[in-house]
Amino acid sequence: MTNLLEVKNLRTYFETDDGVVKAVDGISFDLKRGQTLGIVGESGSGKSVTNLSIIRLIPEPPGKIVSGEVVFNGNDLLLQSNEAIRKIRGRRIAMIFQDPMTSLNPFMKISKQLMEMTQLHLGHTKTQARAHAIRMLETVGIPDAHARADSYPHEFSGGMRQRVMIAMALSCEPELLIADEPTTALDVTIQAQILELIKKLKRETGTSVILITHDLGVVAGMTDHVIVMYAGKIFEQAPTNELFAKPGNPYTKGLLRSVPDPTAEQGKLYQIPGLPPDVAHLKPGCPFAPRCDRVEEICKQEFPPFVQLNADHHSLCHFAREVYSESGGTPA
Amino acid sequence: MSTEQNPDHDDLVHIGPEMAVAEADVHPDESGAFVRGTSLWRDAWRRLLKNKLAFLGLVVVVIVTIASIIGPTVIKAVFGFTPDYIPTHNINLTRSLPPFTGPNGEFTWNHPMGTDNAGRDQFARVLQGGQISLFVGILSTLVSLLIGVTYGAVAGYLGGRVDNVMMRIVDVLYSLPYVIVVIVLLSMFRSQTPRGQLTLLFIALGSVSWLTMARIVRGQVLSLKNQEFVLAARATGVSNTRIIFRHLIPNTLGPVIVYATLTIPQIMLTEAFLSFLGFGVQAPLASWGSLASDGIQNIAIFPWQLIFPGVTMALTLFSLNFLGDGLRDALDPQMRMV
Repeated sequence: MTNLLEVKNLRTYFETDDGVVKAVDGISFDLKRGQTLGIVGESGSGKSVTNLSIIRLIPEPPGKIVSGEVVFNGNDLLLQSNEAIRKIRGRRIAMIFQDPMTSLNPFMKISKQLMEMTQLHLGHTKTQARAHAIRMLETVGIPDAHARADSYPHEFSGGMRQRVMIAMALSCEPELLIADEPTTALDVTIQAQILELIKKLKRETGTSVILITHDLGVVAGMTDHVIVMYAGKIFEQAPTNELFAKPGNPYTKGLLRSVPDPTAEQGKLYQIPGLPPDVAHLKPGCPFAPRCDRVEEICKQEFPPFVQLNADHHSLCHFAREVYSESGGTPA
Repeated sequence: MSTEQNPDHDDLVHIGPEMAVAEADVHPDESGAFVRGTSLWRDAWRRLLKNKLAFLGLVVVVIVTIASIIGPTVIKAVFGFTPDYIPTHNINLTRSLPPFTGPNGEFTWNHPMGTDNAGRDQFARVLQGGQISLFVGILSTLVSLLIGVTYGAVAGYLGGRVDNVMMRIVDVLYSLPYVIVVIVLLSMFRSQTPRGQLTLLFIALGSVSWLTMARIVRGQVLSLKNQEFVLAARATGVSNTRIIFRHLIPNTLGPVIVYATLTIPQIMLTEAFLSFLGFGVQAPLASWGSLASDGIQNIAIFPWQLIFPGVTMALTLFSLNFLGDGLRDALDPQMRMV
């Protein structure tokens, strides 16, 4: 399979009064056609900024993509003109946002918002666009799509709005769908429905998906590969099964331990102590060192190496091999 | 064995109507049971109607507008004179006739508001004045809407340095005394024809009254542009122009409508003031301001020449203000009740 997207050494910095915030600092990953990549991490770890950088929606100023390449189908998106990038947005790379309550224009009918996409990108006439919009609403499971198409967003529930967002994102059959915490604002039953829907549509259209989330359960169920981000860096990168079975990074281990275990008899829910660091004032050494349970002197002095543990498994830690062995892996 | 005792049949009897009900729910179009949601505008309209003062204002505004538009034509058809008709016969000692009075002191329906100094029918003049006053008010407001909304939305959306420069220009224009600017404009480009003067008047009024509108819209856009739906629109490849005009401006319409409704009486008042000073509408055209200006010269002897245009204008301005206040309450989302 070929790579649909290759992100190479991407750095996105924000200039603030408090100093330069290195929101994304040297991220590289590939995404193959038809695959799903999960990006997990705490709030502020740079997940969303990574993805906004891919389609160049970083607010400039204060943000700036300092360096890197985003190669999509062989073209570096960061070198394209604004005109060209606008043709890619929505048409070939679509996004779903976290909060369906605010992601739809409250003054436009649902149908109009859906029609805008295909009129813009596929050159549909009004009638064609409308028919397509209704078809998309039916695809994402809006009951009675014909009558509901002319509703306003406030007449829809959160789950329905997220369905509309998905319909909108998929209406031009994009090659890449970026879902930025698509279920965070929804309640659990709706979450499951929405994830199932994304899965189903992905199967049917062969779209590649980048799924940003901080829900490890979602990652386990949906993705082929996972990237764990912390303080603007990739801490661990592996196929999903491998990462869950044999984590090679203390941070990943901590995350996995913090997932509530319904079979556990009793006891306190584990949490990683402390808070994510302020990325504007990073100290030398490993950014996770102050919170790490196996921290040693070297962690506070030197920035850890990005260790290859396996053909497809990398971890950013001084003790990556040791952690990996403890989890039952055999480092290559 | 009767059919009622047959359990299978019994079930069928019960299931039948229930399924019919269920089907009616699934196909609302056929049964008409689908509940149509109220749109934002219909919601606001309902709230406006509940507000008695605003509704009264709306009624008065509509009546005055319609009367002004068709009034002069109707009077021409019924009584046979135009607003600028000066009688040449039957000249009495004075041409100024009191209300409902003919040239010889008899009762007549001809002049319900009396006549002016030259013997022109005051009622027709007031209606025609209304035409001009409303016309100037509405057209100047439209000019200010067009400039102000576009300017404010562009400044707010682009932000940064562009916004800074654009809004400082507004600040500078704000600091100029606006009536004096209009007077200077009007006297510099004084037109020979009454119609030219009128055009000049509303260009002058419109070009200075967009400043507040620009500020209001900019403020709205500033808070709107960081909402996710704008990011979502950008993520779907919508151009900036389209985002401003299709996504942002419709969202600012509530405050814009309210402010526009309140701008109309404000501009009408300024127009009246300018006409009163002799800078505005020129005879033979009349506006409420110029009628009042004519009337005040004879206030001691012919009070109706001031009272009628004055009262009509006051009534209309009150109504427009009540309507504007009512609209503000109706369109304010904070006040929204189910």
